[in-house]
Amino acid sequence: MTIPFAVDLDVDPSLATLAIHAGTAPDPATGALLTPIYQSTTYVQDAVGAHKGYTYSRSGNPTVTALERRLAALEGAEHATCYSTGLAATTALALALLQAGDRIVLSDVVYGGTVRLFQQVLARFGVEAEFVDTADPARLEAALRRPTRLLFLETPANPTLKLTDIALAAELAHAAGALVVVDNTLLTPVLQLPLELGADLVLHSTTKFIEGHNATVGGALITRDADLHERLAFLRNAIGAIQSPFNAWLTLQGVKTLPLRMERHSENALRVARFLESHPRLTRLLYPGLESFPQHELARRQQRSGGALLAFEVEGGEEAGVRVMNRVRLCALAENLGAAETLITHPASMTHAAVPPEQRLVTGITGGLVRLSVGLENPDDVIDDLRRALEA
Amino acid sequence: MKTSTRCVHPASGRDPFGAVSPPIYQTATFRQPSAVEFGEYDYSRTANPTRALVEEQIAALEGGRHACAFASGMAAITAAARLARAGEEILAGDDLYGGTIRLLSQVAPRQGISVRWVDTTDAQAVEAAISPATRLLLVETPTNPLLRIADLARLAGIVRRRGVLLAVDNSFLSPCLQQPLALGADLVIHSATKFLGGHGDVCAGAVATNDPELHGRLAFHLNAEGTGLAPFDSWLLLRGMKTLALRVERQCASASRIAELLAGHPMVREVFFPALAAPAAREVHERQASGPGAVISFTTGDPELSRRIVEAVRLFTIAVSFGSVGSSISLPCRMSHASIPEELRGRLAPPADLVRLSIGIEDVDDLLADLEQAIVAARSSPAPPADTTVAVCGAPL
Repeated sequence: MTIPFAVDLDVDPSLATLAIHAGTAPDPATGALLTPIYQSTTYVQDAVGAHKGYTYSRSGNPTVTALERRLAALEGAEHATCYSTGLAATTALALALLQAGDRIVLSDVVYGGTVRLFQQVLARFGVEAEFVDTADPARLEAALRRPTRLLFLETPANPTLKLTDIALAAELAHAAGALVVVDNTLLTPVLQLPLELGADLVLHSTTKFIEGHNATVGGALITRDADLHERLAFLRNAIGAIQSPFNAWLTLQGVKTLPLRMERHSENALRVARFLESHPRLTRLLYPGLESFPQHELARRQQRSGGALLAFEVEGGEEAGVRVMNRVRLCALAENLGAAETLITHPASMTHAAVPPEQRLVTGITGGLVRLSVGLENPDDVIDDLRRALEA
Repeated sequence: MKTSTRCVHPASGRDPFGAVSPPIYQTATFRQPSAVEFGEYDYSRTANPTRALVEEQIAALEGGRHACAFASGMAAITAAARLARAGEEILAGDDLYGGTIRLLSQVAPRQGISVRWVDTTDAQAVEAAISPATRLLLVETPTNPLLRIADLARLAGIVRRRGVLLAVDNSFLSPCLQQPLALGADLVIHSATKFLGGHGDVCAGAVATNDPELHGRLAFHLNAEGTGLAPFDSWLLLRGMKTLALRVERQCASASRIAELLAGHPMVREVFFPALAAPAAREVHERQASGPGAVISFTTGDPELSRRIVEAVRLFTIAVSFGSVGSSISLPCRMSHASIPEELRGRLAPPADLVRLSIGIEDVDDLLADLEQAIVAARSSPAPPADTTVAVCGAPL
């Protein structure tokens, strides 16, 4: 397939440059700097089978291809496939690599939608999913003793921010003959490069930081392995879980500021975390960028900074936590993360409601846990808002 | 309300400004009233107000209470296929869109679902094929690309007695011509990319039903697997459907004239079109549908001649897909049905000399003249260089 928007850079460009230029070049017909939105389902063929790389937009679309090339470049890979949502990417991954009778091992803390997909959908089709504490190498090694096709890591884990050592986990998984996928949604390639650490695939909900403006839902899978990519592209085409051209275009625009945003998200989150750390009403605070975080050393080793997400509990448990969430004004109470706006979420009833209650409790997703995705506002305004809500 | 009126007057939503064309809710998430109370919308993967309008409109046009809109027609069929679980079986027609065959033969079996193919024009054969494991019967009528006719009311009666769900892919006719739910189907599936959208600008799919429990399961899969239609595409589809009745009416009229021309043409061996079908099939079609549709296929007896005809047209575009305002022409065996796996080709692939036409809304005389000149040119042109046909199956759709 010919790719119309390839750009060849002589030097090895930095991430900030790739975020703006990778995967696109000015439109050959008009010189338009931005990639056109190919809102077309089908493509004229000069003769039967003589096409120009695109035949039908479910199989491939030039705008979506441009985004795929850019996301691949950002993760240091050659191949990417984009999907209608992050969960569609997870579905395609599972359907492409697992069949009835196969087994997958997942981190015991992952996004609630991922848990629902494996427990309530794929289990019905004979795929066995085991959720284990992948932060504990002994438990991971034990889980991998049974034949395992795929290891699915989320680090930091949503919403408790527990970390898994990707390099170590990949070594164990590969020794056991399993492929490794890392959900890199929370950090993005700006803050963590899982393929460099030994992962085979990277998964994104592009809905979050990648697009970054709360304007689209989308997903992506990125790999250096041409064969894995082929299997994903086949599956996506077969099940039709495609990203729309307009959403791909919005994401191409949104990702341009990703390096800038991730840097600021992390700075702001650290400021907010330091404020919360000193607040007398806090009983639990989880942020990998804080020295007090139990896995801070690992965070320093495999992440460039702490990221935008933090989680906390206040004295008084669930009732008090809910009161805080209902009292904030600037922070928006909404079910998402990774946007320019600071978003506050109650994982137990919102993002992780689909996780069975006993699995929530074992893994620290308590009723009182509050998740904060720190946005790009002036952090002092966010801190003032939280202080008011905590002290009202 | 008549279908053509409903096409023009979809539910308007609750836009505070009274905008006649609804707003595009290009948002991922929605602010919630409090930490434990949820508003109507919380996250656009689950539900989005623009998508809800298009779902309501498709449900209304199909005479159903509910619909889910998906990222593509294949995503819609994938969700419908999810109604069978591991150990269960799907019965599918033996003349179906190639992408449906690929899904059922290469993806579903990996999840422990077995698939058997049956001639759905033969109700007795369908009844005999049903086993205790059968969960779903998937039917196209007319079929793609041979335009065979299945008797929906009869099939519905058979499957209901056996506890099997009937899903009908209505992409070929649209609800303006055929409403399978009223004939007893449990589910109606659309590639809304085709007639519903009608402008070649959006890939979309839908599943409509009257059964709230089935709808709940489809909506669950849409959310769990994240295959819902994007807001902008939902809006384009809503906009496209305003002219659905008008387009389909014109497309049927033009297609009928073109089918007649082909039927009388000395270079054409056989024409497949509901209005020209054998008396029994034609009687069934006319009982359950109010028009022949706009897809015609024909054979010439010579795959090379067929290929030359496809390549000699000027106004028709060589492209996959159908149902658009612009007419298109294709060789199904090498294009829309190229994805049928090798081992199934003998049974399920269309004839190599089959040409499929989708008739648009251009002036019909221009279309007739174009086909006429293409057939003349194809007949008189020399054999092509051998390599032009090499890569035809290289990009299965």
